Amino acid sequence: MTKYPTRMGDGHVIDMTADELKADLIAGSADAADRGRIPPLKDDEIDFLLDLFKSNARVVGVDQGNEVVLTHDIGTLRLDGDQGNSGVGIPLSRLQGVQVHERAFAADTMELGHVDYSWKPVKPIIAQEQQALENILLSTIVPMFYGAMPNLGTYYAPDGPFGNPSDLLPMGKIKEAREAQERAVEHATRDIVYICGKLAEVGADGVNFDTTGAAGDADFKASLQAIEQLKAKHPNLAIQVGMAGEFVLGIHGALEYDGTRLAGLYPHEQVGLVEKAGADIFGPVVNTNTSKSMAWNLARAVTFVKAVTAVANIPVHVNMGMGVGGSPVFETPPIDSVSRASVAMVQIARVDGL
Amino acid sequence: MPIAHGVAAGMGGIRTAGDLVARMQLARKMRLPEAKAYVADKLKISVADLSEVTVMREIREDLDIGVITSVPGCAKGIEAKIRIAELLDISINSVDRLKSKMG
Repeated sequence: MTKYPTRMGDGHVIDMTADELKADLIAGSADAADRGRIPPLKDDEIDFLLDLFKSNARVVGVDQGNEVVLTHDIGTLRLDGDQGNSGVGIPLSRLQGVQVHERAFAADTMELGHVDYSWKPVKPIIAQEQQALENILLSTIVPMFYGAMPNLGTYYAPDGPFGNPSDLLPMGKIKEAREAQERAVEHATRDIVYICGKLAEVGADGVNFDTTGAAGDADFKASLQAIEQLKAKHPNLAIQVGMAGEFVLGIHGALEYDGTRLAGLYPHEQVGLVEKAGADIFGPVVNTNTSKSMAWNLARAVTFVKAVTAVANIPVHVNMGMGVGGSPVFETPPIDSVSRASVAMVQIARVDGL
Repeated sequence: MPIAHGVAAGMGGIRTAGDLVARMQLARKMRLPEAKAYVADKLKISVADLSEVTVMREIREDLDIGVITSVPGCAKGIEAKIRIAELLDISINSVDRLKSKMG
């Protein structure tokens, strides 16, 4: 029986028969449907994915006319940053980095970011960031975001002023851990609103809340509150929310936004709250399982994201970096897998962007 | 990796109309079909031509809204964005700021 080269979730090459591929596609979609209580992919959608995996093409593409808008996280740090940001260490200024993306890489949008890429460390150097953004906005054309992570972890000991839930919870100090998170939410909200307000003042097109919810439900709550306050003050500042994972971790467990408990929300449930807060673009995340094939992972990711686009009223730009959105967990992901994930998200999940 | 996504599925930035469609997502929260239809209507072309570089290159030159190669005299940076804001009938924050500085 013919075997087709494909990959596991960590990127290494395996060979699978058409029957094996189809079985994994169905199982991956069923896993998403079961966890999210959402519809699995239809037979014709499974067949479409099967054809993608059986194709011998090194790179595949969407049908002409089905192209989508690309937004970015990490911004120019992928050029001048170190490996910690998956950067390649080219000593370019950030202005040059944006120009390279606009004019050499034909990016639809671009993003400026601080090398630490969290909101909190931007606060003491906000004037520097405003200055960099002012220069970029004068000399570039594409919509320009400023991106950073809410990263509530920076507010906990030893980096921040509040007790660390990761220390407190194993000691059984649940009340103290919750209080620390609630205080961190207050401070992060205040900091993010201050920083983004300064960016709006100099003419930013938008801000990108990247890796939202990385520190759990408190991280998500701070982001939603900050978005609500920012939109009240700066309605023309576009806000993109990219999530950290497919599932909001309940590290606090009891936090709510607009009457909805945040812990345990899946992407199709997250998008409604992001819309209520006032955001303009939502970036769902679906994690890749390294122990499963890419067929299993991609069908699972597409099932989750299709459920998001079915209910969203704002553009959906699915996160498709290494290890999410049907891409392998590998720092320099193989383009056969990346391009197949692109096509599946556009043609089946009907995303508005990547 | 963004290059791979761009080749597989991207609109093509200022080679085509990628930045213009993105502008409508940011300015009006438009989903992709609505944003493409809006821009195509403003440019008086088909939706399919938004990603067609041979069509969009000529349109971008004619409207002077910025092209990807370095052409002396073509609108650059904020000059192009002023024209894009007028073309799409939207506010662009950096353009509004420039106008406020001009008094």
